[in-house]
Amino acid sequence: MSNNEGVIYRISGPVVTATGIDARMYEVVRVGHEKLMGEVIEIHGDQSVIQVYEDTSGIRPGEPVLSTGQTLSVQLGPGLLTSIYDGIQRPLQTLEEVMGVFITRGVDADGLDLEKKWDFVATASAGDEVVGGQIIGTVQETETITHKIMIPPKVSGKIKSIDSGEFNVTEAVCVLDDGTEIKMMQEWPVRHPRPYTQKYAPDTPLVTGMRILDFLFPLAKGGAAGIPGPFGSGKTVTQQSLAKYSDAQLVVYIGCGERGNEMTEVLDEFPELIDPNTGQPLMNRTVMIANTSNMPVAAREASVYTGITIAEYFRDQGYDVALMADSTSRWAEAMREISSRLEEMPGEEGYPAYLSSRLAEFYERAGRVETLNGDDGSVTVIGAVSPPGGDISEPVSQGTLRIVKVFWGLDAGLARKRHFPAINWLNSYSLYPQSLNQWFRDNIASDFPEVRTEISALLKVEAELQEIVQLVGSDALPIDQQLTLEVARMIREYFLQQNGFDPVDAYSGVEQQYAMAKAILTFQDEAKKAMAAGARLQDVVNVPSRTELMRARFAEGYLENIGGLVDDMVGEITGTVEAN
Amino acid sequence: MTSKEYKTITDIKGPLVFLEKTEPVAYGEIVTIRLSDGSMKNGQVLDTSDDAVIVQVFEGTEAIDRQAGVKFLGDVFKLSVSRDLVGRILDGAGRPRDGGPDIVAEEKADIIGAAINPYSRQSPHDFIQTGVSAIDCCTTLVRGQKLPIFSASGLPHNDIALQIARQAKLKDSDEEFIVVFCAMGITAEEYNFFRTDLERTGALENAVLFVNLADDPAVERLITPRLALTAAEYLAFEHDYHVLVIYTDMTNYCDSLRQIGAAREEVPGRRGYPGYMYTDLAMLYERAGIVKGKKGSITQFPILTMPGDDITHPIPDLSGYITEGQIVISRELHQAGIYPPINVLPSLSRLMGGCIGEKTTRDDHKKVSDQMYAAYAEGRELRGLVAIVGEDALNERDLQLLKFSDIFEDKFLRQDRDEDRTIDETLDLCWSLMSSIDEKYLVRLDRELIDKYGQHTE
Repeated sequence: MSNNEGVIYRISGPVVTATGIDARMYEVVRVGHEKLMGEVIEIHGDQSVIQVYEDTSGIRPGEPVLSTGQTLSVQLGPGLLTSIYDGIQRPLQTLEEVMGVFITRGVDADGLDLEKKWDFVATASAGDEVVGGQIIGTVQETETITHKIMIPPKVSGKIKSIDSGEFNVTEAVCVLDDGTEIKMMQEWPVRHPRPYTQKYAPDTPLVTGMRILDFLFPLAKGGAAGIPGPFGSGKTVTQQSLAKYSDAQLVVYIGCGERGNEMTEVLDEFPELIDPNTGQPLMNRTVMIANTSNMPVAAREASVYTGITIAEYFRDQGYDVALMADSTSRWAEAMREISSRLEEMPGEEGYPAYLSSRLAEFYERAGRVETLNGDDGSVTVIGAVSPPGGDISEPVSQGTLRIVKVFWGLDAGLARKRHFPAINWLNSYSLYPQSLNQWFRDNIASDFPEVRTEISALLKVEAELQEIVQLVGSDALPIDQQLTLEVARMIREYFLQQNGFDPVDAYSGVEQQYAMAKAILTFQDEAKKAMAAGARLQDVVNVPSRTELMRARFAEGYLENIGGLVDDMVGEITGTVEAN
Repeated sequence: MTSKEYKTITDIKGPLVFLEKTEPVAYGEIVTIRLSDGSMKNGQVLDTSDDAVIVQVFEGTEAIDRQAGVKFLGDVFKLSVSRDLVGRILDGAGRPRDGGPDIVAEEKADIIGAAINPYSRQSPHDFIQTGVSAIDCCTTLVRGQKLPIFSASGLPHNDIALQIARQAKLKDSDEEFIVVFCAMGITAEEYNFFRTDLERTGALENAVLFVNLADDPAVERLITPRLALTAAEYLAFEHDYHVLVIYTDMTNYCDSLRQIGAAREEVPGRRGYPGYMYTDLAMLYERAGIVKGKKGSITQFPILTMPGDDITHPIPDLSGYITEGQIVISRELHQAGIYPPINVLPSLSRLMGGCIGEKTTRDDHKKVSDQMYAAYAEGRELRGLVAIVGEDALNERDLQLLKFSDIFEDKFLRQDRDEDRTIDETLDLCWSLMSSIDEKYLVRLDRELIDKYGQHTE
């Protein structure tokens, strides 16, 4: 018989060693008289090493340890949306009710409200043969999201009875022939990916409304992106913009080891902000996980798994889900901290040797899949990385870059010039344009990829010219190259820069992006023509309508007005020839 | 609890004492050590098991021998807190240093402090006017924020911190802050400087000082900021005060942390600092903020000196990832005779966006600040170019920006140590300085604002 009760032998920070307990790896145990939650992460003979998700001060050797037989799992079902959880899916609101404003310990809380009644509408009927992943009914969870109730994976059979009506998540809504009760809540171990039928190649962009991302470095739905950047370069602002404006149907936002005030800002802001794609408050499509930097480090380690499991669950319902993890470096540091307490042999910079495989496993849970019920769903993962000193040669950045296909490199130099988003257009990349070009041609404009190539080429030429300018000054350049510098400056200041705090400029649809890019190219063409006809560069560059064209992007209705503004500009540029 | 005295010390190493065979001792428990000459030292349990206990000794292990008696007090470290803390000077372990009586506890508070539930926080949005243009305009301080000063040896960070402590107030309000000052390993001279200034302005009566000087035990520095923050939390959340916590120097704190890590033979992270330094620092910095349902607030102003002026050194680096921005002091500006020598380019206030604008400061604040930044950044870059090719090679726009960068430093940054500019004065000054640049180059300002505030003469 296995023994499910042992005693504490040693305590060192978040790591507790217990003896006399027969636990399995990654089993959840309860530690001490206060029953703190922990997880077995190593076994040496009779000793089980446990990482504890709460503060261990005041705990003594000799206190009891109980095994639960469960691995770390999340509760999945109606009630997830609009919630905000800590790293182990305890709702922060419940924690506040129980413990007040400071997080103390020893409180257990369900991830879902077990009492709340939901209006379940059956879509399957008695006699139907069902298998894991199949949808048997729906709950209108928020105005935007219909929660689809699925048969848990690995369960199958014939429906004996199924009823529509008011149920809480632990009541059976459906019974199979063999007596298996199907409830609206299912549990899933966080460290295991949820199953799907097959993975597809991504072919649709995740539209973010940020010009530099959508236009130059697009991310596909089901893809993975890394955003490394030193502090103050705008990682969090970028992540939050993506959470606000990307056209995913659902967003899981993980604040992993980050600032408390930032999470509060998100909490205050999201219920107020309107999703530009549905017209509903953003919170209605959001699940948030907040394990701030001063909350227990082991729960921080678990938070990314909790988040991605929830994301996969919604993917299985056929939704496009975007997951933002801010920041994966803090997650890696949590691994390092635990690993060092275990006295494991360290790899690079003190990180455990399994760092890169853990990163790879995590990002591999992204993807566009055929779900078990034959539907199409995706999880897009966007991970922020906080490299020490901004140097991306460190292990977390490198481990991430080996896996993700999109790299949005944030640059402190740009941030210092208040060029936001401070994404460096010279070293960032996306490997998706090839697979997404067809979508852009079909949905935006047939020459979209060519326009993109032209814009990137201009930026590259500018970088080369700037090196010369640094030596001789811009006046020494030939006139056509001076024009190129002006055009490139226009790309940078008008197109790439985007004010995330401006109500209008914060979101730019892909059609508008295309129109703006075309306006820049029109300026270039007209300027060349005018100068060939004898106009002076100074006059062409300083036509007032060009400045107005650039400024007008802060006003409503820009997409409709841009054509007229470009016409005005063309007229004035032509006028500079006659003035001469 | 057990009041048994153990004489089972096996090893003494650096600041650590190792014991064997004790009753079960709690993790984090407080310890007293009686030396053979009768004197006492204090410590805390860092590691505990059935066989062995590791104790970190705050006063250092000097003169401890294997015969010393160790007592476990059955409790974690607590500070006696009371309203009477205000006006007192305590040492780095929380004992009176001003010759006054012991603090009579209204409450005993655990100094580790629990994390504030993010759900229970209230986002900081009250603009604090510091009267320093560079800060108010470009890196706005917000009540409940943690905004460190990144400085280096030989720079006037103390003057700036004191000027802020003196002048900080909410716009259109005279409400004052209680200052909690926490010294970690600074010299007696620096401490006297702070103390004299606080005395001179009468602020000392509204301050609590926790002082660990350079010749006080290094390990004690690990608890000094925790005591200060515990006092701050008590004053803010039990007595509704707005508390400004200034602590200096975080670099000394981190060095003590490294010392403990090395003595425990832990696997070190970058530059020998422990891998958990991020979490450890977060447990200090994150104790800033405002919580729902409480009137008080904690604003933190940590000062740290960057070793070798290197902002990528682990101490400023990890701090910068936790704090809500930073104010960077520049040696170059200091050498050019500019006070306050704040380099606004790498400086940042993350909470600024939510606290400036029409309702709080002025409708033009955001865009003016962006434009000032951008123009100054470009002007500074051009200085490098001019050094090579001379001003003749610049076009008209570049020439204007180049000149602007000098004006910016001379007129905008520079101000007296007791010059207290209101935010309106600061923003008006910005418009007046920007009038030296042609309007068409000010692309970050919109037409409406230019018409309203612009000081360009056609």
